[in-house]
Amino acid sequence: MSDHSPALLTLNDVSKRYGTVQANKGIDLAVRAGSIHAVLGENGAGKSSLMKMIYGVEKPDSGTINWNGTPVHLNKPSDAQALGIGMVFQHFSLFETLSVVQNVSLLVPGKQAELADKITAFGNQFGLHVDPDAMVHQLSVGERQRVEIIRCLLLDPKLLILDEPTSVLPPQSVVMLFKTLRSLQAKGMAILFISHKLDEIRELCDEATVLRRGEVTGHVDPRTQSAADLAKLMIGHEIPKLTKHNNTPAGDIALQLRGLEHPSKTRFGTSLKSLDLHLRSGQIIGIAGISGNGQQELAALISGEALCAKADMITILDQPAGRIGASQRRALGFSFVPEERLGRGAVPEMSLADNSLLTAHRQGMLQNGFIKRKVERSFTDACIADFDVRTASPENEAGALSGGNLQKFILGREIMLAPKVMLVSQPTWGVDIGAATAIRRRLLEMRDQGAAILVISEELEELFQICDILHVLSEGQLSEPLDAATTTAQDIGAYMIGATE
Amino acid sequence: MTIQLVRRDTASRAAMVSAPILALVLTCLTSLVLFALLGKPAGTALYALLLKPFLSWYSFSEILLKTAPLMLIAQGLAIGFRANVFNIGAEGQFIVGAICASAFPVFFPDGTFPLMLPAMIIAGAIGGMAYGCIAAGLRTRFGASEILVTLMLSLIAAQILNYLLLGPWKDPQGFNFPQTVMFPENAMLPLLFEGTRTNISLIFALIASGLAHLMMQHHFSGFQLRISGLAPRAALYAGFNGNKMIWISLALGGMAAGIAGASEVSGPLGQLQRSVSSGYGYAAIIVAYMGGLRPIGIVVSSFLISIVYIGGDNATVTAGLPVAAVEVFQGLLLAFYLLTFTLIRFRIEFTPSQSRGNT
Repeated sequence: MSDHSPALLTLNDVSKRYGTVQANKGIDLAVRAGSIHAVLGENGAGKSSLMKMIYGVEKPDSGTINWNGTPVHLNKPSDAQALGIGMVFQHFSLFETLSVVQNVSLLVPGKQAELADKITAFGNQFGLHVDPDAMVHQLSVGERQRVEIIRCLLLDPKLLILDEPTSVLPPQSVVMLFKTLRSLQAKGMAILFISHKLDEIRELCDEATVLRRGEVTGHVDPRTQSAADLAKLMIGHEIPKLTKHNNTPAGDIALQLRGLEHPSKTRFGTSLKSLDLHLRSGQIIGIAGISGNGQQELAALISGEALCAKADMITILDQPAGRIGASQRRALGFSFVPEERLGRGAVPEMSLADNSLLTAHRQGMLQNGFIKRKVERSFTDACIADFDVRTASPENEAGALSGGNLQKFILGREIMLAPKVMLVSQPTWGVDIGAATAIRRRLLEMRDQGAAILVISEELEELFQICDILHVLSEGQLSEPLDAATTTAQDIGAYMIGATE
Repeated sequence: MTIQLVRRDTASRAAMVSAPILALVLTCLTSLVLFALLGKPAGTALYALLLKPFLSWYSFSEILLKTAPLMLIAQGLAIGFRANVFNIGAEGQFIVGAICASAFPVFFPDGTFPLMLPAMIIAGAIGGMAYGCIAAGLRTRFGASEILVTLMLSLIAAQILNYLLLGPWKDPQGFNFPQTVMFPENAMLPLLFEGTRTNISLIFALIASGLAHLMMQHHFSGFQLRISGLAPRAALYAGFNGNKMIWISLALGGMAAGIAGASEVSGPLGQLQRSVSSGYGYAAIIVAYMGGLRPIGIVVSSFLISIVYIGGDNATVTAGLPVAAVEVFQGLLLAFYLLTFTLIRFRIEFTPSQSRGNT
């Protein structure tokens, strides 16, 4: 595995454009056998479009892709698979109603009984234990990922691409995944590891290609670089610091969940089981855990998009609120930033100004039901200016904004409502590091001004940065409250797994 | 080779305006071929369809006469359509409006009832609204599809009309024709122009268009309706009451159709007949979509569709076209309009499949 072994895959001057967006420009990349190669970049830096070209989902506009030194044209994923390229997607492509071995047999030729034996054998060899006969919907996210990896491995790939594999895993499972990847590396496999998490890359990878705005900003050995160096390559400047002072003592209870029960209406939804939570004003509580463990259900119940069985299961500012709708809860002083921006937090076909009206209509925007365009416009202008929303005009359609910019707009709008209680779901999904820090700082400011904030997030680092108290939501059950100052990521991980094992 | 529809970044205003014109041109070209294949004089047919209606003041006034109910009904329907509430049964609401309005002149055939005309219009409005609200109740209470319910209620309305005209409301001096007595003078809408049949229902339609524009563009209720249609989950997120949207949509749609029904019996017909509607309720759906569901667009599209209607009547007489051919012409117009409208929003992308690489 010397540094001079020939490159298995090389990309020369590869460019790709989608409409007006230059996703990749002049990308050079070389991946050697027996190497774990990181592709590092922020959301929107062009990592996904690059991988799509390597996996044959998209074709480059210009440049060449070489396999073992010869140029190849990949028109579809099966072309890439024929070469020996396997890919594990961030969002899994498994059928939940089928068993593990059935899912595998859809892609891998062979009798199911033989495949089941192979699955077990691979599991033992690489630490990817999973029951071949289990139904996929019964599996945890980590186990599903193992199924995806095994399915790739059974096709005997020479290059394995993993797209943000750790974003769905609790910390303990990350350790196991890394062990697996190192043993694959030892067998001479090349691995492309896509991530924006600097510490992971420094721990695991021996080469890294850093992307920023579709261009390569560096080929480095991550083991010799500090996290700050990598961040600088990735975002072009240093990561702004965030400090959490908690001078204000927590006040009265602003949001209370009392024995919140909610049976799932669909087969694959999560039932919430007797949730208890006290959120005080001047406090940020974080709900940690992987999405799909009841996060969506909880957010909808608190926001009023779904109603509780009993009114007193949720109390907002001393008012039983479990049976009233979203609009009445907002009238009590509640606001909410949902995880989906398009189609829920904002209407893509409408202008930003009209999207202000969506939830800010109580801010004097109506007179006898008629819309006061001036007020609507000045609110929108203020939101765009205060929250650094990059857009040409408030008349632009919300759908034309990038995900991060739209998130800043929605968050700004909800903060400008001056809520006493706020629920923020996945505050920084798809937002670049600079903007994410700004968002977190805003939330801390609001807390200092006495707002009660509940944050549901998958990003543990983020929760530790801003929260006073943490709960873990796993399989529809909420852990006891944990003091964020004295809790470690490993503790949180134990709660994430705890409910299952 | 794969063919894909790719959404355009922006839809230009010029394209929006030219789409109906292009649709009209394509329709004419296709129809020329079609009429020629039928062995009919194609030029004469098109002339009768599109130009003749403008060549006399009387036929032009007939266009306006047909425009009024189409515009009024379409304005009501479009409000619901924009909220994704699909009231397909304006036909039934129109008939019920006509029946309710007719009750007054039927019971006071000598015209002794004071305020006859206002009472008729209000009765028509309430009747149509109530009939639309049946579907709203079934949808909000039981989740019954308003598409099916309104459609089936139209069939029921037609049967109620039959019953009344063959039984209790039949004109005793009407030689057993299924129609009511002729309405007294004070049950008739004032005419707009002497010597024509165009009456002030056109004014009703224009007022309704103005109100619809005000509501959809400048009032919060219209905003809520639009959100419900564009992004139902955003409506839920903001806490807009989905059931209220369904009630408003069907009530307003029914009311507009009801007024149109009342105007028809107290206008050109002057009595309640079996053929009171002649399909206005269904044609208005086309009008609403051709107008882009926008109040101003509907003012234009209702006028265009009535040209085609009047022209169609002309063509059956002068060019000897079968009625079915006229209906095909109308259908083609809608189909081409939808096609051109799609091309404004999307462009077609051809991706030639390459030969496989050296794999």
